[in-house]
Amino acid sequence: MIPAQFEYLAPTTVEEALSALAQHGDDAKIMAGGQSLLPVMRMRLNAPDYVIDLGGIDSLRGIREEGDTIVVGAMTRHVDVGNDPLLAEHAALISRAVVHLADPQVRHRGTFGGALAHADPAGDLGGPALALGAQFVVTGPGGSRTVAADDFFEDLFTTAVGDDEILTEVRIPKHTGWGAHYEKFVRVAHQWSIVAVGATVRMDGGTIAEARIGLTNMGSTPLRARAVEDALVGQPATEDAVGEAAQSAAEGTNPPSDLNGDADYRRHLATVLTRRAVLAAAQP
Amino acid sequence: MTVTEKAPDQEIGQARRRKEDQRLITGRTRYTDNIVLPGMLHLAMVRSPYAHARITSIDTDAAKASPNVIDVLTGADLGEGQGVCINAWPITPDQKTPVHLPIPSDRVAFAGEIVAVVVARSAAEARDAAELVDVDYEELPAILDLKEAVKDEVLAHPDLGTNKSALWVFDSAAAGTGGDVEEAISKARQDGVLIEREFRQQRLIPAFMEPRSVVVDPTGEQLTMWSATQIPHILRFALAATTGVPESKIRVIAPDVGGGFGGKLQATPEEWITWAIARRVGKPVKYTETRSESLMAAHHGRDQWQKLTVAARKDGTVTGLKVELLANLGAYVAIVGGGVPVLGAFMYNAIYKFPAYHFSCQTLLTNEAWTDAYRGAGRPEATFAIERMMDELADELGVDPLEVREKNWIRHEEFPFTTVAGLEYDSGNYEAATAKAKEHFGYDDLRAEQRRRREAKDRVQLGIGVSTFTEMCGLAPSRVLGSLDYGAGGWEHAEIRMLATGKVEVVTGISPHGQGHETSFSQIVADRLGVPFEDVEILHGDTAVSHKGLDTYGSRSLVVGGEALARATDKVIERAKPIAAHLLEASIDDMEFTGGRFSVRGTDKGMALTEIATAVFTGHNLPDGAEPSIDAEATYDPVNFNFPHGTHLCAVEVDTETGEITMRKYTCVDDIGTVINPLLVEGQVHGGLVQGIAQALWEEAVYNDQGTLVTGSFVDYTLPTAADTISFDTDTDSTACTTNSLGAKGVGEAGTIASTPCVVNAVVDALRPFGVHDVRMPCTPERVWKAIHDRDQDVASGAVPHFGADTGMEGVADRSTGAEGAGQ
Repeated sequence: MIPAQFEYLAPTTVEEALSALAQHGDDAKIMAGGQSLLPVMRMRLNAPDYVIDLGGIDSLRGIREEGDTIVVGAMTRHVDVGNDPLLAEHAALISRAVVHLADPQVRHRGTFGGALAHADPAGDLGGPALALGAQFVVTGPGGSRTVAADDFFEDLFTTAVGDDEILTEVRIPKHTGWGAHYEKFVRVAHQWSIVAVGATVRMDGGTIAEARIGLTNMGSTPLRARAVEDALVGQPATEDAVGEAAQSAAEGTNPPSDLNGDADYRRHLATVLTRRAVLAAAQP
Repeated sequence: MTVTEKAPDQEIGQARRRKEDQRLITGRTRYTDNIVLPGMLHLAMVRSPYAHARITSIDTDAAKASPNVIDVLTGADLGEGQGVCINAWPITPDQKTPVHLPIPSDRVAFAGEIVAVVVARSAAEARDAAELVDVDYEELPAILDLKEAVKDEVLAHPDLGTNKSALWVFDSAAAGTGGDVEEAISKARQDGVLIEREFRQQRLIPAFMEPRSVVVDPTGEQLTMWSATQIPHILRFALAATTGVPESKIRVIAPDVGGGFGGKLQATPEEWITWAIARRVGKPVKYTETRSESLMAAHHGRDQWQKLTVAARKDGTVTGLKVELLANLGAYVAIVGGGVPVLGAFMYNAIYKFPAYHFSCQTLLTNEAWTDAYRGAGRPEATFAIERMMDELADELGVDPLEVREKNWIRHEEFPFTTVAGLEYDSGNYEAATAKAKEHFGYDDLRAEQRRRREAKDRVQLGIGVSTFTEMCGLAPSRVLGSLDYGAGGWEHAEIRMLATGKVEVVTGISPHGQGHETSFSQIVADRLGVPFEDVEILHGDTAVSHKGLDTYGSRSLVVGGEALARATDKVIERAKPIAAHLLEASIDDMEFTGGRFSVRGTDKGMALTEIATAVFTGHNLPDGAEPSIDAEATYDPVNFNFPHGTHLCAVEVDTETGEITMRKYTCVDDIGTVINPLLVEGQVHGGLVQGIAQALWEEAVYNDQGTLVTGSFVDYTLPTAADTISFDTDTDSTACTTNSLGAKGVGEAGTIASTPCVVNAVVDALRPFGVHDVRMPCTPERVWKAIHDRDQDVASGAVPHFGADTGMEGVADRSTGAEGAGQ
C-alpha cells in the first residue's frame, strides 16, 4: 500500500498552513490526523502533490472554557476529547459519542476537527455537534469567521470551509446538566456507523423540557431529528411517550443502501435507536 | 532476573508457551518481505479492473520511461517461459480446466487478474510506473452468479463452450456402502418425514495477517524462491513441472509465514511471475502484494449452493440423505480447486448412521476470483448443511435437536464404524462429549429461560444452537488420494539430528505458518528422547534443509508430521542402543532406555543418549564396523484419516426489533484424542471458533453487478476483532486415536467446522416463533430483521465500498477542489 509521491509540509502556525494552502491550492490536501486521508492515498484513490500536516501546530490543540462555551481546538485528538472533564460536564453528548468512534488506534491519531471537516456522513461526531448547535471557526487569509452547525455540513464530504480556509476550532454551547446518550448501531465494533443517534435531553422533574437529537448516516450530511425534538417537549420519559415521538425520526431523511442495510431498514433503525437514545439520555 | 522453569517430568500435556512467539509477534524475524538481497529489484502488478474483457492493446511506453524502471512486461512478452498455474486434483477424467497463465495475453477472466508487470529499483517506483501502464479492454459479458452459470448462457471462458467444469457423484447404492436414496425418499414421502432445504455458503476471504510475498534469487547454482506459502515442497515440484527448471536446481524456502488458513495453499501467478522475471533479468526480485490485491486476487473460499433432502421415519430415524451442490471455482481451477467440495462429500453423513446417501457436485467456472481451500475446506460446508438439517428435522418432529441427533449418531460401543460414505471411523464418544457440553452450558436452564421469554413475547428472544461434528483430518493416506486422482501423496517426513553438544535438530516436512509446531514438536521430541525442551530446535520450510515433505494443511501436521517425528525418534534410540551397549560394556539385550538414559538392566550403570551423541561425534570408541551416526529419518504414510469430533452449544440473544445478535454463551467439548499442548489446543479452538462464527455473522465477499469486489478492503470486509467476541467455554474429552502412536487427532479446523452451524442454528432457533426456518449467512441484523418480517434477504443492490470510486474517492477528491479536505 504505497501512496503516490507527495511533498510533505509541516507548518507550525496557522499562518504558515494558510500560506501553503494558498500557494498549492487544489494540489494540496490538509492532513489532520490522516485516518481517512492516508487510507485513500494508500489505495491510490487520491494522489495530492502536497500534504499539509497540521499536526505540528500546537495552538490548534486543547480544550478550554470560555463563558457559556467549551472550545475544542481542531487538532485535539479523539482520545483527549473522550477523556476531557469539561466536555463530560458541559457537552456530555460529545464525550459519549467519541468513545465509539472507530478503534483505539484511530482515536489516538484522528482529530476532532479533522473528522468534522472530513464530513463523512457515517462519522460519529457530526450528529452530536449538530445537535449541540456547535459553532465552527474557520480561518482564512482574511481572518476567521464562524459558521453555525446548521450551515457547516453541505453535502457528502463537503462543508462550508472554503478552498483557502482551515477549520481551526469548534465552539460548543454548554449544555450543563443535560443527559446524553449516543446509540451506535454496527455489526463489528470498529465499523463506521450503520446508523447512530445522539440524543441530549434536559429534564424538568419527570418530563422532558428540551431535547436535541442528531442522526448519523441517515443522509448525505448529519441531520437533526427536529420533529422528534419538538414532539418530546413536555413528555414524560416513558417508553410509550418517547417511542411515539421517535416514530418521526426518519422524517425527511435520505439514508443510503449498502451491504449493511437498505434505506428502509435504516429508517426503521433510526426510530428504534432514537427511542433508545432519548430514554437513556433521560435517565437521572 | 532470570526465571528458571523447572523441567516437568513429562512434556506431552504441558501448557508450554510458544517458543516461536516473540519473533513472530514482534516481526523481528525472517518474514519474506523482510528479506533484502544485494541488487534486488521490485515488482508491481497491473491488474484488470474488468471481470471479463479482451485485452486490445497495452501501452507500456510511459511506464518504461518512469524513473528507475528496468522493464515492463506483458503476457505476450513473457510467452511460454512463464509456466502455468496448476490444478493438482482433476476431480473427474473429463474435467474442463481452462489454461491458467500467470499473465494472460489476450483475455482476462476476473477483476484483479494481472495483465502486466513493472520491474523497478524500488517498490514505490514500480507502483508509480504501474499506474502509467495504459491498457485498452473490450468488455465481454461476465458470469457472476452460480445459478446463472449453470445455464451456460454467458460463458466465463467462451472457448470452453460451457461453464460446467466437472460433475462428481457418489452414490452409496452404486458404491456398495449403503442403500438407494431415492427409495428412502419415496418411502418417506408416503409415511415418513421429508425435509428439503437449500443453503447458501457465501464467498469468504481467508484474510491471513501477512500478505503474500515472494523473493526469487536466480544467482548461484540453485534458483532460490522465498515465499509466504504453506507449501514450499509442493511449490518446488510445481515449478519444476511447469517452468522447465530441473527440480534439483530449485530451492524453495517458506521462512516465517504469518498465517494462511488455506489461503497460502496455492501455486500463484505472482510466484510464477516473480520466478520468470528473476530468471529473465538475472537479479534477485521481490514482490509483496498490497492488502487490496490480497483481498481481490488471492484465492477465496466456500461459495456454494447446497440443496439437501433428508428422508426420515416419524420417530426421527434418518433413512436417506441426498446432497446436490453447485460449487463456484471462480475463473480458474485452483491447485485443489474442485477437490474442496469433494473433500466434503465424505462428511455430510457426519456422525450419523444414515443407511443411504447420494452426493453430487457440479463445479462451475465464473468471472470471479478463484476459490480453493479455506480453513476446513469442504468439511465446514458439509457440517453446516447436515447440522442445519438435523435442526430442521427436530423442528418438524417437535423434538429437542439433541434428541434427534442422538437417535441417529454412532454409539461409542459401535466403533470402529464404516460409514455410508465408505470411511472407517476408528474412535469417538459422542455421548460423552455431548453430556459434558450440556452440563457446562447449563442446557436445561437456558431452555427454560427460552420458554419464559417466548411466553412473555420478550423483545429480546433467546436462541439455543446445537452442532455436533466430526471431520476427516490428517490428510492423508496416499492410496486414498490416489483413488481420488489427487496429484500427490499424503505421507510426511522427519529427521532427527543428534548434535555433538547434546542438542537436537529436528527437520520436518511440515511447514508451520503460525500454529506453534516448533513448540509442540519440541515437546514430543523432548519426551521421546529424554532431552530438555529447550535443547530441541525444529527446522522446517526450506527444501535444502527439509528435502522431503508435503507441507501443512488439512489438520495434518501433528497427526501425520508428528507421527513421522515419533518414528524417527524410535530409530535414533534403536541406532544408539548397540553403541550404548558397547560403551557400557554390556550385552545389547540388557539395554534399557528411559528418561533419556540407557542403563544396564539390574545395575546402576548407564549413560545419556546425549553422551552417546558426543561419543559418535568423536568416533573414538565405537563398535567394530559401526557407522558414526545415530541420526535417523522416517517417512510416514497414514493408514487412515483420523476423526476428531465434538459437541458445540451456543446461546444468542436476538433483538427482534433491530435484528441485532448478541452472543451470550458458547460452550464446546472437542474430542481430539491425546493433547500434546493444551494451551495450543485452546488457541486453535478459539481462533477456529471466531473464524467459524465470522462466517455465520460477519464475513462475506461481495461482488457488484460489474464483477468488482465491493468488499475490497477491511472497511467493508468486516473481520471481527476481540471486541466482537465473548469468552468461550472450551473443554476437551479424549478418546485416543487408534491409528497413530501419539493417539492424537487434528484440531486446526475443528472450531471453524462446528461453530458456523451452531451459531446459525441458535439464530434460527430464536426466530422459530416467527415462523422463520432459515437466515442466510452472514446473519446480519438486516437479514434477521427481514426474516422476522418475511422479506427477501438479498443484499441491497448497488452496494458500494466505503472508500471507493463512488464514495470515499469522490468525496475526498471533491474536497481537493472544493472545501478544506482534512483527513479524519
